Amino acid sequence: MTTQLCADADEAVAGVEDGSTVLVGGFGMAGMPVALIDALIRQGAKDLTVVSNNAGNGDTGLAALLAEGRVRKVICSFPRQTDSHVFDGLYRAGRIELEVVPQGSLAERMRAAGAGIGAFYCPTGAGTLLAEGKETRVIDGRPHVLEYPIRGDVALIGAHRADRMGNLVYRKTARNFGPVMATAATTVVAQVREIVETGALDPETVVTPSIYVDRVVQEGTA
Amino acid sequence: MNTDRRPAPQETPVPDVRGPQDAAGPLDQDAVAALVARDIPHGAFVNLGIGRPTSVADHLAADSGVVLHTENGMLNMGPAARGDAVDPDLTNAGKVPVTELPGAAYFHHADSFAMMRGGHLDICVLGAFQVSAAGDLANWHTGAPDAIPAVGGAMDLAIGAKQVFVMMTLFTRSGAPKLVPRCTYPLTGQGCADRVYTDHAVFDITPEGVVVRETFGTGVDELAGRLDLPLLSPGG
Repeated sequence: MTTQLCADADEAVAGVEDGSTVLVGGFGMAGMPVALIDALIRQGAKDLTVVSNNAGNGDTGLAALLAEGRVRKVICSFPRQTDSHVFDGLYRAGRIELEVVPQGSLAERMRAAGAGIGAFYCPTGAGTLLAEGKETRVIDGRPHVLEYPIRGDVALIGAHRADRMGNLVYRKTARNFGPVMATAATTVVAQVREIVETGALDPETVVTPSIYVDRVVQEGTA
Repeated sequence: MNTDRRPAPQETPVPDVRGPQDAAGPLDQDAVAALVARDIPHGAFVNLGIGRPTSVADHLAADSGVVLHTENGMLNMGPAARGDAVDPDLTNAGKVPVTELPGAAYFHHADSFAMMRGGHLDICVLGAFQVSAAGDLANWHTGAPDAIPAVGGAMDLAIGAKQVFVMMTLFTRSGAPKLVPRCTYPLTGQGCADRVYTDHAVFDITPEGVVVRETFGTGVDELAGRLDLPLLSPGG
């Protein structure tokens, strides 16, 4: 399927259904697809499961989506931060579910989803609270935990530049979860700073090939 | 937070690292960070955890050849960015703006953690609530009923690097030992700590037991009296 170039962020997130699992890129604000999250707030889908490294900062972006009561569950590695008061309040009030996943296992579970891997044994977390209830196996003398893929219905990611085919390049550490999430969702939406002509990106430097990308919108066209 | 890797200026005081008999007293945090930096081999690939371990970078010599990894996706991270050098696209794992050094490389999260889990990092330096005599590490969660659990990359780092160095005070503010027979806090990793740098002593966690490498203002016998642990002297 060819990548759809969207006129604005609202078009880019159209059709997200209630109950969807939404992968949200970014690490702190680096790579955070703020325009897409804001559009998702306007779009109205509810009962969402959000997969992201953090659980929202301050009162904007992901925190605003949470504050609207639209998220049923958060799967993340690090919900608690100095400015995660929106999540903290919902969690303490019992109004949101939390699944804490070690950061590397979070990334690898999405990678597995995108790569068609059924599950994998991982040493991270063995013998800890986060392995409770999970199958374990000793491999080469070392305990491993069985981890299942995390697949999204939708991924919202931030990238630096796209060409009109939907090939993506990132910038510095803003790359973070983007390339992994782009492989792991049914509908992948990328917010970019610039859309260039097809052929203008050096094929050697493309990080996310267009096959993974369904919709692209240029930042600032909210 | 400071992620500086500036060369130590000439006038930087040399930390007071003396033998068991002649050290004046416990070391301050900065001196402990200097000890860790001293023990990182030339050219090592190293991840410095968030918080106190980050200060180790301040003590790495300009010609150390040490390559710093940050788990959000970069090798050869430079010092903290200031002024015009601040770039929102370039941060460390603590989300602090940093810089890149010549030879830096960027990669996505799955690759970054594969690098850690796959044993490619030589050393990671982590803080701790507790370390057990068997090298179990507790540093992510107090286990308090109202605490919101948040692990980040702590568990991946703990089990991934070839060597795990821990930096901590040896006692809590109320005087309870943090090097313990068994951790009472929830574990980050089992049997993963190799060496523990503290204000009172440096310890190696070995299959034979806890070996005291060096002490500061105290001796092995005195430490053994304050810790609920058998301690071995270097060389036996």
